[in-house]
Amino acid sequence: MAGIMIYSAKDNLALELLSAARALAATSGDEIKALTVNNDSQAQMLSAAGADVYTINSSGLVPADIGAMADSLAQAVQQMAANVVLLSSDRSGKELAGSLAQAIGAGCITDVLDLQGKDGRIECRRNALGGAAIATQYIESDRQVIAIAPKTFSAASGQGGSVTELQVSVKPSSIKVLEVKEKDKDSVNIDEADIIVAVGQGLNSKEDLAMVEELANKLGGQVACSKPVATDKKWLSEERVIGLSGKQCKPDLAILLGISGQVQFTVGIRDAKTIVAVNSDENAVINQMADYVLTADLHEVVPELISLLA
Amino acid sequence: MNLVVAMKQIPDLQQIRFSNRRPVLADVPKSFGNIDKNALEAAVLIKESYGDGKVTVVSAGNEELEDTIKEALAAGADEAFLITDDNALDDADSSIVAQVLTEAIKQLEDVDLLLFGEGSGDNYSGQMGPRVAKLLDLPMVGYASAIEIKGDTAIVVRTLEDVEEVVEVSLPAVITVQSGINEPRIPSVTQILKAGRKPKTVQDLEDLDLGSDHKNQVVTIDILAPESNRKQIKVNNASQLLDALKNENLIGG
Ligand SMILES: Cc1cc2nc3c(=O)[nH]c(=O)nc-3n(C[C@H](O)[C@H](O)[C@H](O)COP(=O)(O)OP(=O)(O)OC[C@H]3O[C@@H](n4cnc5c(N)ncnc54)[C@H](O)[C@@H]3O)c2cc1C
Repeated sequence: MAGIMIYSAKDNLALELLSAARALAATSGDEIKALTVNNDSQAQMLSAAGADVYTINSSGLVPADIGAMADSLAQAVQQMAANVVLLSSDRSGKELAGSLAQAIGAGCITDVLDLQGKDGRIECRRNALGGAAIATQYIESDRQVIAIAPKTFSAASGQGGSVTELQVSVKPSSIKVLEVKEKDKDSVNIDEADIIVAVGQGLNSKEDLAMVEELANKLGGQVACSKPVATDKKWLSEERVIGLSGKQCKPDLAILLGISGQVQFTVGIRDAKTIVAVNSDENAVINQMADYVLTADLHEVVPELISLLA
Repeated sequence: MNLVVAMKQIPDLQQIRFSNRRPVLADVPKSFGNIDKNALEAAVLIKESYGDGKVTVVSAGNEELEDTIKEALAAGADEAFLITDDNALDDADSSIVAQVLTEAIKQLEDVDLLLFGEGSGDNYSGQMGPRVAKLLDLPMVGYASAIEIKGDTAIVVRTLEDVEEVVEVSLPAVITVQSGINEPRIPSVTQILKAGRKPKTVQDLEDLDLGSDHKNQVVTIDILAPESNRKQIKVNNASQLLDALKNENLIGG
């Protein structure tokens, strides 16, 4: 019988993978084995959720050394006789996916937004062409590595798991972590907001953010942004980026201010129920995917909206 | 310092049209992915600060690549090493392309640092750097937002979702960069003119020794545009907009 191995460095994502594995195993009958690396509390948590957990504890293993992590996971795959590996498609999980796939000769699909066991295959959906389209794919090789986007599955619960120790050999690492800095915490979850007010590079200055925040407050919504506003201008945190390399959002209402509508952005907002586009360019691409189109300067529209809502 | 940058030729995403939700890729001009351009810029900046060295771009794709590559040669690459094929590479999955790039890189001498974008411009799958690093048995550091060369090591700021790690990796190594690392230069007209004269090696895919076992592991069933039918109602001002949203019970009042 085949087996599914799951692994994520992050507790919440590991629980989501357990749900994904259970959904697959429900039709395939595969055995599910959860792996943890140098993380006893995660092992306890997964076992409490009903998983059969296998632990690697090795002080020589540097988590930042993706190649070494992949080698350890490859040994676990071997020992567990797993042929399907589910990883989390957060940044480090995604690079681990490529490295592990190469190490075990597996086909690999990352950033999976939806998966389903069908005719003995695992059909995966992911964005393609920068988000302009959705590809449906499956892996044909015997071994498969699938990295699943966060929040695709809800966290698993259950009971009656177990914990078993695994031994792996670890080579000395060529990578040394000199420093770990916590990023400034922005605990906002824009992907859970019902109303989103998002700004793009049409915003003139950081000072103008104040009125955008005021509008969002008045509407009971959250402020979000296009990627350049966070990564280039650094006016907002990366937590607030909508899109391919940001969050997938499904609000009831999204008000998009000064955003041109390139696919890498729109992929993160196309599931919104209602979309409003405010853009000074009447031919902006974003207008084609909006329910309401207002061709105007956002710096005039936003104060008007605020005073009308007063 | 010998730097190698792997770049992927992709269709210009803004120019893809859809017919019956299927992308029509014929005649869409090709370019390199944006993050690949950041990787190239990072290599050129390292070379410039180092004082000497060479930046070689490796790329695998169809024969349009011989034209597309000029973009990279104009933007600071010194040489190009291309693997081309009529169409086999267009449909090749990551495992095959990684093998192809690895065979190309093995032919280059004394490589100190290999740079990749963290994801390609079209699929953004992020497998290429990690796969090639494994094939070459080199250490890899991903998601670089800063790179500094110090002796025979690189100090890399690796930016993850919630933390930034400063790591030291011994060279040779593979580093993947993210878009925030730099602002790629816009080549001048003279640089564009000179690009055509820079050295370029073009190899046929068939001439590479890939072994027997190279077939796609990932099968694509279809690629479809998501269905979208938005109302696209024009409103003239803020108050019309609010009225419309109130009518739909999207906002209170
Ligand atoms: C691999 C990859 C991943 C990416 N991931 C993401 C992602 O996750 N999220 C993301 O957002 N981007 C992403 N991008 C970048 C994306 O391609 C675009 O560059 C970006 O979305 C553009 O942001 P923008 O619309 O704010 O800026 P611009 O494209 O510069 O648009 C600004 C808009 O503002 C309008 N405007 C200007 N002045 C005013 C005014 N006074 N009032 C009203 N409107 C005005 C303009 O008409 C224009 O339409 C990614 C790119 C790549 C290659």
